[in-house]
Amino acid sequence: MTLHPILAALRKHKAGVVLISLQIALTLAIVCNAVFIIGQRVERVNRPTGLDENDLFLVSQQWVGAPGGDDPAGVEKLDVMQREDLTALRNLPDVASVAPSNSIPLLNSSWTGALSLKSDQKFEKGITRTAYYFTDEHALATLGLRLVAGRAFTAADVQHQGARDQRNRPIVIVTQALADKLFPQGGAVGKVVYTDGSSAPSTVIGVVARLQTPASGSFGNDFAWNSTLVPTRLDANFARYVVRAKPGRRDAAMHAVPATLYAVNPMRVLDDDSVKSFADIRASAYRADVGMAILMGVVCLILLCVTAAGIVGLTSFWVGQRHRQIGVRRALGARKVDILHYFQIENLLIAGAGVLVGVLLAIGLNMWLMSHYEMARIPLLYVLTGVLVMLAIGQAAVFVPARRASNVPPVVATRAA
Amino acid sequence: MFAYYLDLALRSLKRNKALTALMVLAIALGIGASMTTLTVLHVLSGDPLPDKSGQLYYPQIDPQDIKGMMPSKEPPDQVTLIDGLNLLRAGRADHQALMTGGSVPVQPEQSSLDPFYVEARYTTADFFAMFEAPFLYGHGWTAADGEAKAREVVIARSLNDKLFAGADSVGRTLRMAGTSFRIVGVLDGWQPNPHFYDLNTGSYAYGEQVFLPLQTMLELRLDRNGSSDCWGNGGGGVGNILPSDTCVWLQFWVQLDNPAKAAAYREFLIHYSQDQQALGRFQRAPNVRLRNVMQWLDHQMVVPNDVRLQTGLAFGFLLVCLVNTVGLMLAKFMRRAAELGVRRALGASRRALFAQLLIESGVVGLVGGCGGLLLALCGLWLVRQRPSDYAALAHLDPSMLFTTFVLAVCATLLAGLLPAWRACQIAPALQLKSN
Repeated sequence: MTLHPILAALRKHKAGVVLISLQIALTLAIVCNAVFIIGQRVERVNRPTGLDENDLFLVSQQWVGAPGGDDPAGVEKLDVMQREDLTALRNLPDVASVAPSNSIPLLNSSWTGALSLKSDQKFEKGITRTAYYFTDEHALATLGLRLVAGRAFTAADVQHQGARDQRNRPIVIVTQALADKLFPQGGAVGKVVYTDGSSAPSTVIGVVARLQTPASGSFGNDFAWNSTLVPTRLDANFARYVVRAKPGRRDAAMHAVPATLYAVNPMRVLDDDSVKSFADIRASAYRADVGMAILMGVVCLILLCVTAAGIVGLTSFWVGQRHRQIGVRRALGARKVDILHYFQIENLLIAGAGVLVGVLLAIGLNMWLMSHYEMARIPLLYVLTGVLVMLAIGQAAVFVPARRASNVPPVVATRAA
Repeated sequence: MFAYYLDLALRSLKRNKALTALMVLAIALGIGASMTTLTVLHVLSGDPLPDKSGQLYYPQIDPQDIKGMMPSKEPPDQVTLIDGLNLLRAGRADHQALMTGGSVPVQPEQSSLDPFYVEARYTTADFFAMFEAPFLYGHGWTAADGEAKAREVVIARSLNDKLFAGADSVGRTLRMAGTSFRIVGVLDGWQPNPHFYDLNTGSYAYGEQVFLPLQTMLELRLDRNGSSDCWGNGGGGVGNILPSDTCVWLQFWVQLDNPAKAAAYREFLIHYSQDQQALGRFQRAPNVRLRNVMQWLDHQMVVPNDVRLQTGLAFGFLLVCLVNTVGLMLAKFMRRAAELGVRRALGASRRALFAQLLIESGVVGLVGGCGGLLLALCGLWLVRQRPSDYAALAHLDPSMLFTTFVLAVCATLLAGLLPAWRACQIAPALQLKSN
């Protein structure tokens, strides 16, 4: 079949053809970018934190009427209170392991600073940003981190300090990502780094495979895996404890925590949010991303439905309008399948023109989004998939009206309209 | 004539029920989605104090070390305690208040209530007058009381309801963090959105329950929270430990009644920076900013990018739906070329045909617009069920209702004009002949 009669017929419906092509182009541009955004969000939400997240929960609590932490006596007293809590939690039957920590991945409460290879450098070029976890010798077991080089902290390594004190940090454990950045040649263990522009050296004693920073928002994107563990308990009037329950006993352990802590010292505040499972922390960190992905997905789906319905509607009109011509063609010997193909090819031409414009629009829209929002360049694969999907939807949508056209009997040609 | 055309339009629409439903639904979905997202955007980018935001300014100065200085870089977002107190005591503005946020444990007298934490704002006396916070009972503390570290507190209406069952509690005692405070005022449900004076607490739907003098907080070492940004050997402080002198952690707001005063205040900030530099406290050249409320909110980009993206997506969706409807309407009108040709041949003017077709598309647009409004109400209800901090604020206000109406009318005209105009261009003779 030659394209000539199809093109000649389309020329008669210029406005309709332009509109439906435009609709396909806009749909393609919007859906490609929306799906790309969904893909990015899903990727973000699914990235592993490096923790063994099952059976893990966090206790955040605050003492009422505790001593201030800025004199040595107050710090010592606070440290005693913290160690009492830790002992009580470790003695619970459903608890496997407990570590104090100033934060936990995805909590969005972080202590960030800088790591450098020279002393007295801070937040300048070539300095690596990092998030600190101040914890103790139980950190690796509790968080479920995988040590890939060096050794873990021991009880003898652990110091304690007031939250504002400047203390030396003689040893640290860093993540593999941080080690690779600071020591591209490898062999980070035993090397010396300087924390937060300090003049006192810190020796890297171990490297863990992966540990995300507490920041889940875009603020933390460029140093998401640069975590540093410091074997120090921070003493203040509030403290966080990371607890690993025995397998499958998380809820029972969580339930036992408030009563246990109140029994140790009733002068404290524990509210509904104080004992939170890691699953809940993860869910609230990514709530906005999941919501956005669902919304985008729903809009895309409706958009595709509207466009498909538009194609069905328009083709149905054309079939009705050309009823008699179809009859004539059939009377002159065209087979049913020829009529079917006619409408299918016609749709392919219209959709083809639409997706050509759509590809340009999609890339243009992506470039505009990149300049206004934090957005990566859209991979060509997304656009190509989008093109194929749009063409397939066009073919699927045109099939029903085209089959109705192919069923027009030749006798129509002989009847007056 | 109108009634007749309306009748014709309804007949014509009834002939293709599925198609009519598709056109109406497409317009309704497009308008519903656009209005939902636009309303959320409108609520989020609203002015927290419409009558006064132009006179309230947020001064910024740069007290940081010379290390890491880059030319024309923004000064810090907050002030140090020393600078805050200096600027406060200089008193160069019509009103000024220094503040930070925190939380304090309330120990109710009633044994039926356990101690609980409430959000607190530690501020200075001008806060209430400057931000026009309405009092249900009593008033704020005086500047002298504030400097004297008075144990006085202003509480929010919700806390008053909880503790005193809504009675006038002025003069009564509230025990917080082991100290007795005298209640001097009760605020009448005041909660500006966005929470412009301190965006570190979360930008929306955040309200403090108690307001205490800043000096009292400094003396009692009450817990503070919010952001602190330090340089040099500064430590950020946690809980009841204050950040060190090389940290910015307080917000300072001023009221300047006219632009001349604002310009003068700017000069004052530069002079202040120069004086501090001469004293050796500041190391950098004067680097000051003086933004009013809306400029500050804009600079801080309080409206989440996701909300802007959603609005863009919804309008893209509306555009596709409109194009879809125009295309279908056009095909429909062209199909009736023969009928229109007969009417023309019988003496109907082009204008009459145009009016008839426009009424037909107008009906589609109007029904679609009404459907869109209903969908927008549903959409906003869905937004309110979501757990984000701004969810509760998503309501349709009169201005957005009007916008919806205008959008629906425009959508209708857009969807109807082109097809009607094209259909009127048909030459009647040609149509008659072909039959």
